[in-house]
Amino acid sequence: MGKRTIIPFGPQHPVLPEPIHLDLVIEDETVVEAIPSIGFIHRGLEKLVEKKEYAEMVYVIERVCGICSFGHGWGYCAAVEGLMKVEVPTRANYLRTIWHELSRVHSHLLWLGLMADAFGFESLFMHCWRLRETILDMFEKTTGGRVIFSVCKVGGVRKDVDNETLGGIVDGLNKIKAEIKGLTDVFITDKSVKNRTLGVGVLSKEKAMEFGAVGPVARASGVLQDMRLTGKGVYDELGFEPVIEEGGDCYARTAVRIREVFQSIELIETAAKGIPDGDIAIAVKGNPDGEFVARMEQPRGEAFYYAKGSGSKFLDRMRVRTPTNQNIPALVQMLQGADLADVPVLVLTIDPCISCTER
Amino acid sequence: MGTFKIGGVVLKSLFNKPATLMYPVIPRKWEERTRGSIGIEEASCILCGICAKKCPTHAIAVAKDQRTWAIERMQCIQCGSCVETCPKKCLRMIPEYTAPGTEKITDVVSIPEQQKQPKPEAAAAE
Ligand code: SF4
Ligand code: SF4
Repeated sequence: MGKRTIIPFGPQHPVLPEPIHLDLVIEDETVVEAIPSIGFIHRGLEKLVEKKEYAEMVYVIERVCGICSFGHGWGYCAAVEGLMKVEVPTRANYLRTIWHELSRVHSHLLWLGLMADAFGFESLFMHCWRLRETILDMFEKTTGGRVIFSVCKVGGVRKDVDNETLGGIVDGLNKIKAEIKGLTDVFITDKSVKNRTLGVGVLSKEKAMEFGAVGPVARASGVLQDMRLTGKGVYDELGFEPVIEEGGDCYARTAVRIREVFQSIELIETAAKGIPDGDIAIAVKGNPDGEFVARMEQPRGEAFYYAKGSGSKFLDRMRVRTPTNQNIPALVQMLQGADLADVPVLVLTIDPCISCTER
Repeated sequence: MGTFKIGGVVLKSLFNKPATLMYPVIPRKWEERTRGSIGIEEASCILCGICAKKCPTHAIAVAKDQRTWAIERMQCIQCGSCVETCPKKCLRMIPEYTAPGTEKITDVVSIPEQQKQPKPEAAAAE
């Protein structure tokens, strides 16, 4: 047995883009234990609910995350709508689904780029981000913002997208589909990439369930869990089926996200075809009173929104639990027994978003 | 299986022009909906203060006695609430960002007196 050493990893580290700190207890080159600590960038956004009216709070919640900003806005609105028993018009639901799935495409492309960066494949990283730019342009065209959209509001959406523009989005996505395929094939078939991912950081199905993993991490371990199955949005109408892989390793987690990119493009295509005409929002009257919980499938996994009101225009309590929060225990499990050189890749495969964990 | 699967893509990008723009030599193309900055049409503002009340970041300050409408540019998050709620429709979202600056500035606009039949020349002279 070698000598035990503790290597501090993060919150600022050249290969770790996220502000999480890990104490890596290593023996020779193998990690025997990883002790995570977070809390470096806590922003106290939940507290702001006491100062912002429930309708204004959407702008705050959107800023929980810069990548799944739409999903967070939607999750919050869903919680407040549930609380106030508001039924959102169908067209608004379709538009929300389309924007949410576009967010997933851009989030996964971003992640694929970061993953390539983690194993040192710079040109692959740049190309993934180049394609992601196309999606950001679509966002700017339809919502006016590239990162923060401010289109979701309690009761519906704030901007309509005409069917012609939706067709344009579908055409644009189909145009880059072949290019995305070309890049994702590298992750799936390239031998040197596979060397870094295949069989690395295996998380068994049992462990994934035990540690409460969510999103692509859970689905890559064969756990059937996707909040899009719970009837939010129009996923039922679109015939949505979650992507499942069995491997549980870095390769499977990459494969799940790659398949989800194409699945999202298909969902957008079906939604753009089936979107009905009609209102995009209904007027919401009164103040929230009671409690409600909404769950959303963000690109990184299940997010949880709790809203509690007591009849005033300010909510009493708003709680957001983000997917990364749930995936950190699974990460600690994966890190045990991993090679020190694999740590950056492993941390990345949970698609960490520490900033949203510290909302 | 095999290595260097990205070869085709890399070769192509060797001969293609860059994916990035040489900003600011080549200006950025704005979308019609781009939420850039807030503009006001002074002549029709009635200083009601609704925009200031509805602004989630308190970026707008309306002073009735001094007849001014002011916006703190760095505070504004371009949410568009003010544009939606203004009863006179005198605010609009300009699809262009304000120029970057080294300090936080507040733009103060003085609002001309409202005339019963507004004369365009008088408004322009203000
Ligand atoms: S800009 Fe519009 S909302 Fe604001 S004070 Fe003037 S009239 Fe009222
Ligand atoms: S766009 Fe939003 S943040 Fe900016 S001034 Fe208007 S209401 Fe305030």
